[in-house]
Amino acid sequence: MSLSSDAVASPEALHVEGIRKSFGSHEVLKGIDLTALQGDVVAIIGGSGSGKSTFLRCLNFLEHPSAGTVRINGEDISLKPDGHGNLAPSSGAQIRRIRSRLAMVFQSFNLWTHMTLLENVIEAPVRVLGLERKEAVLQAEDLLNRVGLGHKIHEYPSFLSGGQQQRAAIARALAVNPYAMLFDEPTSALDPELVGEVLKVITALAEEGRTMVLVTHEMAFAREVASKVVFLHNGRIEEQGAPAELFGNPQSERLARFLGNFQ
Amino acid sequence: MTDAAKPALQPVSVLAPTKAPALGRWGWIILGAFAVYAATTMRWDWLLDYYPKLLWGLLATLLLLVVTTALGLAAAIPLGFVQVVGPRWLSVPARTFCSIIRGTPLLLQLWLLYYGLGSVFAANPEIRDSALWPLLRQAWPYAVIALTVSYAAYEGEVFRGAFAGVAKGQLEAAQSFGMSRWHIFRRIWLPQAFNRALPTLVGETILQLKATPLVATITVMDVYSVAAQVRQATYLTYEPLILISVIYVLFALLIQRAFAAFSTTRYMRSPR
Repeated sequence: MSLSSDAVASPEALHVEGIRKSFGSHEVLKGIDLTALQGDVVAIIGGSGSGKSTFLRCLNFLEHPSAGTVRINGEDISLKPDGHGNLAPSSGAQIRRIRSRLAMVFQSFNLWTHMTLLENVIEAPVRVLGLERKEAVLQAEDLLNRVGLGHKIHEYPSFLSGGQQQRAAIARALAVNPYAMLFDEPTSALDPELVGEVLKVITALAEEGRTMVLVTHEMAFAREVASKVVFLHNGRIEEQGAPAELFGNPQSERLARFLGNFQ
Repeated sequence: MTDAAKPALQPVSVLAPTKAPALGRWGWIILGAFAVYAATTMRWDWLLDYYPKLLWGLLATLLLLVVTTALGLAAAIPLGFVQVVGPRWLSVPARTFCSIIRGTPLLLQLWLLYYGLGSVFAANPEIRDSALWPLLRQAWPYAVIALTVSYAAYEGEVFRGAFAGVAKGQLEAAQSFGMSRWHIFRRIWLPQAFNRALPTLVGETILQLKATPLVATITVMDVYSVAAQVRQATYLTYEPLILISVIYVLFALLIQRAFAAFSTTRYMRSPR
């Protein structure tokens, strides 16, 4: 990543303020602020039910937050009440344009099962971003090679292992040249022996300066790759900071107890 | 990576008739033996007089089948879809339509349309004078409508299940990449729903084929009604019926072949 010499700070890839979300009377998120600069790797950790995944899904409006603002790459997403007490994007064109460059990687991979890996990877570049098909295919071959699936490009997802499917899903996400990548527990659905191959790919992406927001249960991994760790508890940010501090010297008792579970 | 350790997985074909005809070798042998028996011991001289009529009947049956399944399918897809995602004012009528049509005999629907609606039309001078009358006074439009409506209702129910069965995660993934609703429907949701519906559609279309002889009751000259004519004119009971039975079997095989061309089982694998 290159920055011009006179740049004082990296521009913000992602900036959210006051994200709240209720399901009925149950408030899952109670006001969350988060900023990710270009090249940041933000790891979101926390117990189950702490709102991690819900928060991540509010960033691209797969989930409609009840309150808050979301700014992606300097652009505020315009919002309006959705009639159910939540906020929905008010411009379909804007949210589609922003989503198309905010790639998400899901816990259950969610590859399109009726398409080959190649077709999965070129679908959004060709049909959403309007890239030339030939160019998209070359790029897809390159990306699938990088995640170690160059020999499987014409295979259908259901013939692959979970680890292979998740790596293909990462290639699909990379194909839109994202402003930021959102990972929703990318290794939680994998057999233990397949976790490593996926983490290796994500680590490589972190090293090349990709902006990422990761919801994860892999503490050792979060400590290694994250530039910033956020600990969520009961819908609030309980603690955040550099991984060495947060893991090495947790301030709150809750975080200490949470980390204790992983010893 | 674990690629080398993975056992090779073979796709399972649900339809598979591209490899072997669905009758099977013994099926063809038995059919052949029966054909020889029938050809040598039964009377077939009437074919000389009736084969042009039979061919027209064949054409009528085939057209009825193709046109009503195509139109029915075109209606079934939205009928199924709105039951899954539609607002109540669309999903409730769609569900009601499917329930009523599926719950009443096709013969009844055919007669209500032809004798009921047909006589209402005939009694209305405005319709009698309209440009549509030459069409509405014939029987086949009512046959096409009844068979289309019936197929649409059954297949609407099939598509409801097929649309509902597509994994939500795949639709979310499509959404997360900025696809429009129409894009998601056309590229992700519909293809997968269609593949899920396909094995059922083969059977339903064969049922549709076997429902076509009902149109003989409203004077449409399909292949069955020609056979009935032959029977009345020649007092031969079995020969014409056997002939059209063979024709229906062959049509059914044809339907299976036609659907196999759409078979998309290549990306499915057997459950572990």
